[in-house]
Amino acid sequence: MSEKVKVSIDGITIEVEPGTSILNAARIIGGDIVPPAMCYYSKLEGSGGKCRTCLVKVSKGSEKDPRPMPKLVASCRTAVMDGMEVQNITSPEVKEARKGVVEMLLINHPLDCPVCDQAGECHLQDLGYEHGSEATRYEFERRTFDRIDIGDKIQLHMTRCILCYRCVYVADQLTEKREHGILGRGDASEISTYIEKAIENDFSGNVIDVCPVGALTDKTFRFKQRVWFTKPVEAHRDCPTCTGKVSLWYKGEDVIRVTARKDVYGEVEDFICNTCRFEKKNTNDWIIDGPRQISNRSVISSNHYEQLAPPPVVRKNLALQAANKEEFERATKH
Amino acid sequence: MGRKILLEHINVPGINTFDVYRQKGGYRALEKALKTMSSDDIVEEVKKSGLRGRGGAGFPTGMKWSFLAKPEGKARYLVCNADESEPGTFKDRYLMTYIPHLLVEGMIVSSFALGANTSYIYVRGEMMPQIRILEKAIAEAKAAGFLGKNILGSGFDHEVYVQPGGGAYICGEETALIESLEGKRGNPRIKPPFPAISGLYNCPTVVNNVETIAAVVPIVNDGGDEYAKIGIGRSTGTKLISASGNLNKPGVYEIELGVTVEDFIYSDEYCGGIANGKRLKAVVAGGSSVPILPANLILKLANGENRLMTYESLSDGGFATGTMLGSGGFVAFDEDQCIVRNTWNFSRFYHHESCGQCSPCREGTGWMEKVLHRLEYGHGKLSDIDLLVDVSKKIEGNTICPLGDAAAWPVASAIRHFRDEFEWHVTNPKEAMERNYGLAGYADPLPKPEEVM
Repeated sequence: MSEKVKVSIDGITIEVEPGTSILNAARIIGGDIVPPAMCYYSKLEGSGGKCRTCLVKVSKGSEKDPRPMPKLVASCRTAVMDGMEVQNITSPEVKEARKGVVEMLLINHPLDCPVCDQAGECHLQDLGYEHGSEATRYEFERRTFDRIDIGDKIQLHMTRCILCYRCVYVADQLTEKREHGILGRGDASEISTYIEKAIENDFSGNVIDVCPVGALTDKTFRFKQRVWFTKPVEAHRDCPTCTGKVSLWYKGEDVIRVTARKDVYGEVEDFICNTCRFEKKNTNDWIIDGPRQISNRSVISSNHYEQLAPPPVVRKNLALQAANKEEFERATKH
Repeated sequence: MGRKILLEHINVPGINTFDVYRQKGGYRALEKALKTMSSDDIVEEVKKSGLRGRGGAGFPTGMKWSFLAKPEGKARYLVCNADESEPGTFKDRYLMTYIPHLLVEGMIVSSFALGANTSYIYVRGEMMPQIRILEKAIAEAKAAGFLGKNILGSGFDHEVYVQPGGGAYICGEETALIESLEGKRGNPRIKPPFPAISGLYNCPTVVNNVETIAAVVPIVNDGGDEYAKIGIGRSTGTKLISASGNLNKPGVYEIELGVTVEDFIYSDEYCGGIANGKRLKAVVAGGSSVPILPANLILKLANGENRLMTYESLSDGGFATGTMLGSGGFVAFDEDQCIVRNTWNFSRFYHHESCGQCSPCREGTGWMEKVLHRLEYGHGKLSDIDLLVDVSKKIEGNTICPLGDAAAWPVASAIRHFRDEFEWHVTNPKEAMERNYGLAGYADPLPKPEEVM
């Protein structure tokens, strides 16, 4: 059974294990052809299929049954078949549908990015920027909710929520007792705990990391700093409850936030415990592993590790080089 | 007179009790099945009968049954979908109220065919009287030895349970129904896996509509071939139609598939024409989620022939000029009804009933409802009409379950066929608040198709 199956995504062919989802196959290829995913989280069983941003077109079902699939499918929950041909960014239909989904996700989102702690590392921002339109056609009042404190460390701001259910799966799968779920239905549904009860669990803080938007935020970090002014470094400590592998976010000398290590798709390497996350905020609690690699396309990378290389137009033009001499030397010194 | 199969004895006093039902030939199919037939024989008969799912999708029942996985050592389940909550459809409630033993008998026979030792009837929570009626019927059947261990000495054990529903339209979707039956929130599951492989408690499950299961009884009694003689083409047998709206005689009718729509509306045997001597403006032929058609298109096909009450004829012309038989919720609108208001009303229903799991339906249904509300109350803009078409397109086909499609179709079809009326609401907002648009040209004879040289 372990024979690999061949799948082609936007014309790029790859061999993967049977049972791999289209999304994961695309992630192995990487690059622009990876469908965006707001609700799928590989570490949470049963997640995915809800946000509909990862829709793709299957133009050939498999080698055995070459019929195309009648509807667009959620790539995160559809397994590849041998000989399957998938169209993502090469299909205008997919792009149109995705644009529609992004618009729907944003019609009730408050767009309060300027005051939102998630700004700069928000997947909805990326999604809107990459796949959405510049303006909305929605002219009605957006739905709002009151902010809820889930314990003294986590704040839930339902107004920003896109109902991806990731935190519900965390509450279900990481913690023993289910204390947190969905109330109501349709566009009135909300994530909540029963009668605003605090989540008492060592791993409850992970709901902050899995949240793709700013709906669940760390109260110890709230309004402290914009993420792009902080410097992330990888660190670890000997933790009795979790693996202790984290990212520390520095502002100057101070650790102002601790999160799990996330990959380029926003998925954590290991879930971390609340002690690591909320209580160990001194450098001497940690062993620093080194600076964290941040994609140079991320706003977090600005000002930091990547040297500010002069733009090509400066490099080619001697007059501009002379005018920017001081800056140019500083940038190219290393 | 068309033949009645399901409702043959509906007017017999006391047919809801075991004794009268038995006198009228009830539980004959059960005896025949258990004593003389194997389970494969029954599946074969159902296949031969051409019976198609009566809940709306019209999928061939025999084929659905043969897809059921049969792994060793795993229970199989039959679930009856009695969560009837589509606006315009009320046939299952009628059947369960007046002739509950037909459903119970059908459940036992179908379970025998599928090899299920436990079956569930998931009844819409609001139908408390029907739940009591079914429970009484099950108790009577059990007392007579048609349920329990070793039924009629055949070695087949069976129990039927009635489960009150969770009170949501979405629980009528088969995977949401299974979730709800398991005691969880009624959110549709993502398919695959289909229930035939992994359904209730991760076991192979068949979910069938009340009417489908009831129709198994006459099929076993008279044979599949006999059943297939009724009807036209791939639409075999009889169908319960819940007729409502501005009709002289609304109610539940059993029709032989193949009756013309015109006959169904105007003949005295069925609905007896439009009430108060008015004229027909539009029809929703299969429950609120199917496309609405104006009078001229529902009566005639694009080629000028009469439209029939069959799966094929109603969907003739695709979504451009056709609709669907759906669950048989036949709603007629007379010339004084406002299509914009009706579309808003349907849209309001889907907004309220969306489960909120996937984004296009959660956000889109609410958006459409708000725009339609604005149109209906005279604050609309002309661009709103195209916006609605676009939003409905973005929802359709992009959701986990068919509720998104069901919310999009009525809006898209109303605008497709009644665009003038929507535009009139925008251009004459004051007048639209005081009077209705009227019949306009919606009952005019269809233009002759142009001859292609």
